[in-house]
Amino acid sequence: MTDSKYFTTTKKGEIFELKAELNSDKKEKKKEAVKKVIASMTVGKDVSALFPDVVNCMQTDNLELKKLVYLYLMNYAKSQPDMAIMAVNTFVKDCEDPNPLIRALAVRTMGCIRVDKITEYLCEPLRKCLKDEDPYVRKTAAVCVAKLHDINAQLVEDQGFLDTLKDLISDSNPMVVANAVAALSEIAESHPSSNLLDLNPQSINKLLTALNECTEWGQIFILDCLANYMPKDDREAQSICERVTPRLSHANSAVVLSAVKVLMKFMEMLSKDLDYYGTLLKKLAPPLVTLLSAEPELQYVALRNINLIVQKRPEILKHEMKVFFVKYNDPIYVKLEKLDIMIRLASQANIAQVLAELKEYATEVDVDFVRKAVRAIGRCAIKVEQSAERCVSTLLDLIQTKVNYVVQEAIVVIKDIFRKYPNKYESVIATLCENLDSLDEPEARAAMIWIVGEYAERIDNADELLESFLEGFHDESTQVQLQLLTAIVKLFLKKPTETQELVQQVLSLATQDSDNPDLRDRGYIYWRLLSTDPVAAKEVVLAEKPLISEETDLIEPTLLDELICYIGTLASVYHKPPSAFVEGSRGVVHKSLPPRTGSSESAESPDTAPSGVQAAEQPAVIPTQGDLLGDLLNLDLGPPVSGPPLATSVQMGAVDLLGGGLDSLMGDESEGMGGSNTFAPAPSTTVPTTLGAPLGSGLGDLFDLTGGVGTLSGSYVAPKTVWLPAMKAKGLEISGTFSRQVGSISMDLVLTNKALQVMSDFAIQFNRNSFGLAPAAPLQVHAPLAPNQSVEISLPLNTVGSVMKMDPLNNLQVAVKNNIDVFYFSTLYPLHILFVEDGKMERQMFLATWKDIANENEAQFQIKDCSLNADAVSSKLQGSNIFTIAKRNVEGQDMLYQSLKLTNGIWVLAELRIQPSNPSFTLSLKCRAPEVSQYVYQAYETILKN
Amino acid sequence: MLDNGFPLATESNILKELIKPPTILRTVVNTITGSTNVGDQLPTGQLSVVPWRRTGVKYTNNEAYFDVIEEIDAIIDKSGSTITAEIQGVIDACVKLTGMPDLTLSFMNPRLLDDVSFHPCVRFKRWESERILSFIPPDGNFRLLSYHVSAQNLVAIPVYVKHNISFRDSSSLGRFEITVGPKQTMGKTVEGVMVTSQMPKGVLNMTLTPSQGTHIFDPVTKLLSWDVGKINPQKLPSLKGSMTLQAGTSKPDENPTINLQFKIQQLAISGLKVNRLDMYGEKYKPFKGIKYMTKAGKFQVRT
Repeated sequence: MTDSKYFTTTKKGEIFELKAELNSDKKEKKKEAVKKVIASMTVGKDVSALFPDVVNCMQTDNLELKKLVYLYLMNYAKSQPDMAIMAVNTFVKDCEDPNPLIRALAVRTMGCIRVDKITEYLCEPLRKCLKDEDPYVRKTAAVCVAKLHDINAQLVEDQGFLDTLKDLISDSNPMVVANAVAALSEIAESHPSSNLLDLNPQSINKLLTALNECTEWGQIFILDCLANYMPKDDREAQSICERVTPRLSHANSAVVLSAVKVLMKFMEMLSKDLDYYGTLLKKLAPPLVTLLSAEPELQYVALRNINLIVQKRPEILKHEMKVFFVKYNDPIYVKLEKLDIMIRLASQANIAQVLAELKEYATEVDVDFVRKAVRAIGRCAIKVEQSAERCVSTLLDLIQTKVNYVVQEAIVVIKDIFRKYPNKYESVIATLCENLDSLDEPEARAAMIWIVGEYAERIDNADELLESFLEGFHDESTQVQLQLLTAIVKLFLKKPTETQELVQQVLSLATQDSDNPDLRDRGYIYWRLLSTDPVAAKEVVLAEKPLISEETDLIEPTLLDELICYIGTLASVYHKPPSAFVEGSRGVVHKSLPPRTGSSESAESPDTAPSGVQAAEQPAVIPTQGDLLGDLLNLDLGPPVSGPPLATSVQMGAVDLLGGGLDSLMGDESEGMGGSNTFAPAPSTTVPTTLGAPLGSGLGDLFDLTGGVGTLSGSYVAPKTVWLPAMKAKGLEISGTFSRQVGSISMDLVLTNKALQVMSDFAIQFNRNSFGLAPAAPLQVHAPLAPNQSVEISLPLNTVGSVMKMDPLNNLQVAVKNNIDVFYFSTLYPLHILFVEDGKMERQMFLATWKDIANENEAQFQIKDCSLNADAVSSKLQGSNIFTIAKRNVEGQDMLYQSLKLTNGIWVLAELRIQPSNPSFTLSLKCRAPEVSQYVYQAYETILKN
Repeated sequence: MLDNGFPLATESNILKELIKPPTILRTVVNTITGSTNVGDQLPTGQLSVVPWRRTGVKYTNNEAYFDVIEEIDAIIDKSGSTITAEIQGVIDACVKLTGMPDLTLSFMNPRLLDDVSFHPCVRFKRWESERILSFIPPDGNFRLLSYHVSAQNLVAIPVYVKHNISFRDSSSLGRFEITVGPKQTMGKTVEGVMVTSQMPKGVLNMTLTPSQGTHIFDPVTKLLSWDVGKINPQKLPSLKGSMTLQAGTSKPDENPTINLQFKIQQLAISGLKVNRLDMYGEKYKPFKGIKYMTKAGKFQVRT
């Protein structure tokens, strides 16, 4: 006897038996066997060895058996691709079966078999099924196209299935329409560039008709698809909204949420003055409330979505506060979420109710919930000023309960209230001090110490209180230690006489006995401040503190807008965009709310253009990007690496900083960037002074090679003016001007040494400015500048520096350093140096954009005393990258339509009216960022008059 | 049901047609004929304009029953005043009618309903314009409508709870007394009353005597439940006694919340009443019935 039997017997047993049964003649036995196989498969046993035997059972007229075999195939075809080919014939045959159920089954299963060889055979049957007379087959085939596209996108495109799928949107059967939409949406999502769902008013109309008739899941597909549509004006948006609102009364909460999503999105386009807007707001509230009557899990999903909606449009639920009141047996996750929404909805009108509720919650059992309730009271006080007093007294009542964690939490929030309303509620300090001993959590201790330090002059025994904390200084957490240090220094500054000893003690504890660098540093700073200049110390330590903001933990507006587009999906539950948690190669499409067209509110919407000025810089021409990279590399690595090939790596992925509003601003350029806005990491404003000369010239070459994008003639250059007189700069005189030549901006400087000593070690820095202008290379002065000597330098600039809005917009603050000192001056740069070479808009685009920009963004200016004719004007402006797109003659007047683009991607459209008899021109400017208009006008004037 | 991750059909009528639910008769037939519960015909309803109804329905007794069930969710504060109260109502239907009947249901007072969500079968337009429910019903049991009444003045509170729960600071004994009584019941009896309350941790045991019903206190979970039964307005049920508290500890900070369950038959507390039910499209005369019931949902009394 050997031990081999242990290996052979078990191995044979089951599989062997099944094999025999599968090959049995009796139908019943066969079916039983396949069922057994499926059962083993489901629990995870490997039954792939039976593949040929199971496939043999495929040719049967028994539907149940067929379904089981198909199930098996889906699971194992991938592991046995060669064998799976054997099944193809049956599939093809089944696709012609008279029973539509079998046809659909075959086409569905084939789509699920992810084997390349099979997909080739799938095309013909699929084409037939897409045109099948039975809608059930058509709708199954529609989904199959999406499956196939996932396996082999090229094949699907070559075979023209996408067009067939688009045709199915007009199908007579609503379910087919719904499935076609679902399939197209899925394909479009994985190929954001394909522009598959180019919906137009006609197809939207078809979808809306199908919406009323198809099943609940079909409705969801259609609604989700509608949400991605961008109506062309507010009237279209309104008519879609009207047809979608009935869905709010659907029993399926997913349908309701999808409808809410569509409405929330399109509402963005409706003017708030519209009656319909108000009606819509009213209609949205009840369904949201009703969602809360479901099971706790569904409630949670609803609450997370409501949380977003409330942040976007608090007016919808402002009267529904009560439904968010917490029941004591709600699960904790529902409780916390309800509490959050309650605070967001709190207003002067309902604060009394809210406070009474919160107080009730603060006596509950669940510690987490109680803590959050106490915090909520504090947030109410900060949010609704009128209620602050009542909140404070509520908190005091809670402190009286002496429940340890309640007291601690209350003290933490009272500290915030003190920050918000300084010098208003100090009367409560005495009560707080009574509870000093019971505080054992660092946050509460730190808060209490902060209060004592801040109000030291009003607390008689502040020194004793702080001293008591000092005893166990080294056992405290860092937070408390830092706070204690600051508080004692404050105390010392307020009552210097009695507390000298105390402050010395804490300083020595912090600086000598502590191994925490933060604490030591802070200790040293205080020590030196106090020893060198106590008055300055007072100014620094007891400075006015900035007020704390009203609303904490709000979701950032751009993220909020994106999440609104994902209502009813996981993203809205996580409060994270899908890109944050969806893995895989799928292209993530960033969705954004449509820009508001309602004229009165263009300034309010975060998407519209004014923000464009402070916006993150958009590298306009590739050289600047490469150049930036060069800088970065030099900072980190040392040897310069050639820039351009690496330029793409500067692209920081799809950080959509400004939402969709910017896309239209960027025009064709953002398309070139793969549909997503690029975001260049803000480089340090200082250019490393260690850069060697060869690099500087290398960069110069780079500019020359790649910079020539537009016209070759440079734009107008103003004569140099004195920027920094010698008197102010210890003998250094700087005069200069700005120029733009073949795509690069430079600052032409003349440095003159009017002092009696030699100057050397020049360096230059710009402050942050409106368009992110920054030196592209360090200031190169090769030899020391002797007295009475001048040197001319051209400093290349780029626009990838940090951005800060300046007033006036074109103000530039410059610091120049030499071996003597640092000097500051500011100058205004003409805006036309920022006009880029590819600022020529297409006619159609110009027309659409001109219409699209609201009228109040239009500004009119007069350019007086200019004697040029239209053609001369046109060519002169072209030299400075202002492009004439069209010219018209209306009643003897010449109208020039022009466009230009700024380095940060802002388009400016202009209409210039020239009357032959009149030397005054009328200039109308339209721009999404109207504040630039004035400076563009100045640029026009400068160019035309010189 | 699911294809490529898309849910397609979850309507129970369709699913039942795809895979027939096992019955004794069917099992017997299957064993004899060798057929299965898996339907081999395409469910016709799935593609029609009425995807929720299967075709070829036949009954010998044609009947349509509607249950109007309302649940009151309420929070009552210490002093007995209502903090929030709302009614979640549903109309569940059991319709067993032959053919393709077209029903209309009208209410005496449809304006009561604040927010409604319908089964897909209900024609929304007619509701909007005439406040009439017009629909071709699915076969069998389904939820026709759920609604919501939240306007506070409309929500009557059918019962009240008088409570006197006191923990004393020094002694280890506490007093406990609750009485339940009817309030606005429109003359109907309140039955199936059940009082539960989560007592604070400090309560070791309770010695209580109910005037009716049975009570249990679980000293481990600290859950007190009192099965009251019917409320007799002449002799209000009460539960009195004392609590043994953990000695030496201070009195509990939180007060127990009382959770109440009850049922009132033949009453929709919102006052909703069905006016009439008509059938079109088929010739026979169906058997109609409407039942009302009010229940406590999340009905809580704070003490």
